[in-house]
Amino acid sequence: MIAIPLVWLVALLAVPLVLVALLSIHQIADAIPPIAPLISHSGGHLSVQASVRAYRMLESDALYRSAFFSALINAAFTTIGCVLIGFPLALAIAQAPRKRRNWYLFLAVLPFWTSFLLRAYAWIGLIRDSGPINSVLLSLGLIHRPIAMLFTPGAVWLVMVYSYLPFFVLPMYAVLESLPGELLAAAADLGARPFYAFRTVTVPLALPGLISGAVLVFIPAVGEYVIPELVGNSSTIMIGGILWDEFFQNRDWPLASAIAIATFLLLMIPAYVVRRWIGPLGVVKQ
Amino acid sequence: MTSVEQRPWQTLTLVLGFAFLYLPIAWVIVFSFSGYVTDSGGSFPSVHWYRLLWKDDELVNAAWRSLQLAAWSSPFAVVIGTFAGIALGRLERFPGRGLLLALLAVPIFAPEILLGFSFLMLFAGLESLTGWKPGKGMWTLVIAHATLGAPMVASIVFARTLGRDHSLEAAARDLGARPLRVFVTVTMPLALPAILSGWLLAMTLSFDDVVTSSFLAGPETTTLPMAIFSSLRVGINPEINAIGSLMLAGVAAIFTLAVLGVSLGNRARGA
Amino acid sequence: MTGTDPPILELTDVSKSFGRTPVLQDVSLAVPRGSIVALLGASGSGKTTLLQIIAGLHDPDGGCVKIGGRDMGSVPAFERPVNMMFQSYALFPHLSVLGNIEYGLRARGLDRAERRRLVAWALELTRLVDLGGRRPDQLSGGQRQRVALARCLVMKPAILLLDEPMAALDRSLRAQVQRELIAIQRAIGTTFILVTHDQEEAMAMSDYIAVMDKGRIVQFDKPRTLYERPRSRFVASFLGSINLFDGACQASGARQCRFTTHEGLEILLERNEPINWELVGAVGFRPEKILISRKQTSLENPIPGVIEQITYTGSLTHTTVRIATDRRLHATSMNFGDGAVDGPAQGDAVFVGLPSGAGVILTE
Repeated sequence: MIAIPLVWLVALLAVPLVLVALLSIHQIADAIPPIAPLISHSGGHLSVQASVRAYRMLESDALYRSAFFSALINAAFTTIGCVLIGFPLALAIAQAPRKRRNWYLFLAVLPFWTSFLLRAYAWIGLIRDSGPINSVLLSLGLIHRPIAMLFTPGAVWLVMVYSYLPFFVLPMYAVLESLPGELLAAAADLGARPFYAFRTVTVPLALPGLISGAVLVFIPAVGEYVIPELVGNSSTIMIGGILWDEFFQNRDWPLASAIAIATFLLLMIPAYVVRRWIGPLGVVKQ
Repeated sequence: MTSVEQRPWQTLTLVLGFAFLYLPIAWVIVFSFSGYVTDSGGSFPSVHWYRLLWKDDELVNAAWRSLQLAAWSSPFAVVIGTFAGIALGRLERFPGRGLLLALLAVPIFAPEILLGFSFLMLFAGLESLTGWKPGKGMWTLVIAHATLGAPMVASIVFARTLGRDHSLEAAARDLGARPLRVFVTVTMPLALPAILSGWLLAMTLSFDDVVTSSFLAGPETTTLPMAIFSSLRVGINPEINAIGSLMLAGVAAIFTLAVLGVSLGNRARGA
Repeated sequence: MTGTDPPILELTDVSKSFGRTPVLQDVSLAVPRGSIVALLGASGSGKTTLLQIIAGLHDPDGGCVKIGGRDMGSVPAFERPVNMMFQSYALFPHLSVLGNIEYGLRARGLDRAERRRLVAWALELTRLVDLGGRRPDQLSGGQRQRVALARCLVMKPAILLLDEPMAALDRSLRAQVQRELIAIQRAIGTTFILVTHDQEEAMAMSDYIAVMDKGRIVQFDKPRTLYERPRSRFVASFLGSINLFDGACQASGARQCRFTTHEGLEILLERNEPINWELVGAVGFRPEKILISRKQTSLENPIPGVIEQITYTGSLTHTTVRIATDRRLHATSMNFGDGAVDGPAQGDAVFVGLPSGAGVILTE
C-alpha cells in the first residue's frame, strides 16, 4: 500500500524533476530539441558538456530578479486579500448554527467546482470597459467614462484572490470548526466581552490554521502564469510569464529549466520555515 | 465550535462574501442568454449562443475531451492519494515516509510550468529511450493529471485518518479479520467521505488544468481550458458563457444528487 | 433555610425549549446564600441547561432569574457575578496555568499587582502553587480540575456553578476531591451549585438537593429529608433503592394503620407525626431497614420467604429474598461481628421483617 504511491510518484515526479534539473546545465544547440547532449561519444572519448551558463544569466540579468520579486509581491497581496476576505467568511460559517453550516460550506465551495478558467473569464466579462460593472456605474451617472479595470495589476490581484480563496477558506474553516466551543463560553463566563474573547482566545488558537492557509495560497501564487497573462499587462510580468516565454518562444530550455528549478528551490525555503506550525501537507497539527 | 447567537456582522459577512463569490457565476449565466451581436443591447433572453454552441464542434469536443480526461485521471489520483493518505495517517513512521511527504508536497507548491515541462521531458525522454510513442495524446495527460491530483486526495484522506481513533480496526482484527479484509470493510468505508471529496477535487483540478495540458496536448487533444484560454486572447465569446452555464448546471445537479443521496442514506440508516 | 438572609439565587417559573423540545418547565428555586446545592437528575432532566441559564449562557424563554436580588433578565454572561466550572474544564490550551487563572482578572482590567495577589491566593487555596508555569496538556486530570476551580474562585463570584465536577475523575480520587471542595466552600463561603447525576455525590456534598425530572424540580430539600421522607414515588426510587408496595390503609388510628398491599400482604405502619392515612397509596422500605432472620419472633411485620441470592461486598451483605407471589425484596445489612462465620445461605427459608416505623409513606 505504501509502495504504489511511492513508486508512482518517484517515477513520475521525482525522475522528471531530476531531468529538468539536469536540463538546466545543458548547453544550447541549434537542434531539436534545442540542447546539446550532456554526455557525448566523439571519437572514442566520453565527454561531458555541461554548462552553468543558464544560472549565470539568472544571476546577471536583472529581469529575472525583478520578475521574481514582482511575483512575490503579487503573491503577498493575494495572500493578504485571501486572509481579509476568507477569515471572516470562514469564521461566520463556523459560528453558524450547526445545521446551516454544511449548507453554507457547500454554497461557498460550489463556485469552485466549476472551471477556474471559466471564472477568470467571467471576471474579464465583468470588469472590462463594456462590462456590466462599468455599464451600471455609467448609467447611474457616478462616472463619465468607463473605469479601466481590466489589464491592470488590480485586475490580477482581484482574480487571483478570487481563484485562491477556497485554498484558504477550507483549511481555515476546518481549524475554526475544531475549536472547542466551550472555550468561548468559558471566556464569556469569566467576564470577557465578545471582542475581547475573540482577540484573546479565538485568534491565538486559529493562528496555526491561518498560517497554514496563507502558505497554501502564497507559494503556488508565486508561480502563477495564467491569471497575469489573461488580465494583466506588461507591468505585471512575473516569473510565471518569463518561464512560459522561455519555453515556448525563446526555446532556451536550459535557461527555462534553470529559472524553474531556482524558483522552486527558493519557494521551498518559506515552506520549510513554516513547517513548525503546519504539519505535513498543510494539515494543521491539533 | 458551538454556534454563537447570530450577530449582525456574521450575517453581513455571509451576505457580502457570497455575493462576491457568486457575482461572476451570475454573470456567466445571465450573459449566456444575451442576444445576438454585442453584449449591450441585442435581444434578451435568447438561446442564440446555445444554438451556436451546439454547432461549434471544436468547443464541444474540447469539453467532451476534458470530461473524459477528468474521468480517467481521477480514479488513479484517488487510488494513489488514498493509499498514501491512509499510510501516512495510520503509520507513525515507515521507510520512505519522508520521501513520500516531500513528493506529495511538490505538486502543491511547485510552479505549474515546472511540473508541466518536467512531464514533457519525461515523456520525451521515454520516447527516445524506448521508442514508445504516446505522442501528444490522452494517456500522457491522464498520467500527468493523476500525478497532480494525488497529493490533494492524499492531503484530505490524511487529515481525516490522522485524528481518527483506530479502535474499530483493532476490533475487526480481534474478531479474526485479516488485514486485507479489515482494510476493505472497515478502513475504506470510514475514509469514504474523504475519498469522495478528494475524488471531486481531483476531477476539478484536472478540469481546470491549463499549463500542463498546454505542454502535453496536441491539436488533436485540446482540452476545454485550453480552448477557452486561446479564445480569450481574442475576446469575449458568449459561447463560452453557454458552455459554462451548462457545466454549472451539471455540477449543481451532481452535487444536489450527492447531498440528497447522503441524507437519504443517513435517514435509511436511522442516523 | 435561614429566615432573615435573602436567597442568593431566585428562579421563578423558568422555562426553556430548544426548537420544539421543552427542556425546562416552570422551574422555581430559591438557593440560600453560602450553601451547597445540587441539581440532581438523570440525563435529559434539564439540569445542565438550568445551570447554563443561571450562568447566562442561554436565555430562558420564560420566567425570571434573580441573583443577589437583581433581575438578570438582560444581563449577559460576561457581566454576571457567577462563574462556571465546565465539565471538560475548558482550560485555554494556549495559556499556562497562570494565564488561565488570571484570564478573568485581565478581562476585568485589574493591574498586575492586584492580579498577582489574587492568583497567589487561588493557587494556594487549590494547592497548585508550583504548577503556575505549566500548560494544560502537561497536567493530570485532577490538576486540570483544580486550575478550572482556581480560575473561577479568583473572580470571587457570588455563585460558583459546577457542571458534573467528578465526572472526569478517577473513582479513587472522587472522595478526596469531594472533601476538598467542601473544605474550600466552607473556607470562603461562596454559594456552590453543582449539577450531577450521581446521587451519592449529591448527598455527600450538598446542604440541599433539587431533584429534577423531565425539566421540572420534583423536590427540593435537605438530603436526609429527601431520602427518608420523599414526597413522590420518583424521588423515593431515584435516591437509593427501595422496596415499594402499592396498596391502601384498611383500619387506621391517628398514628398507625394496617396497610394491605395489592398482593395481599398486611403491614402495620406507625408514625410519630399524625398522617392522613386515607391518602396513602404506597409504602416503601429501604434495604438497610429490612431485617432477615430464621425465626419470626424477633421481627415486626414478618414475611416468609426464601433466600435467592446473597452478595458479600466486605462491609455489606446484600440479600435478595423471594416471597409469595414471586415478589423479590432486597435487603442490605452491615457485617457486624465475625464476618467469617457463615450466616443464612442461598436457598434457606427465612423471614423478612419490615419495621413498622421505618416505612417510607407515599400518597401516590
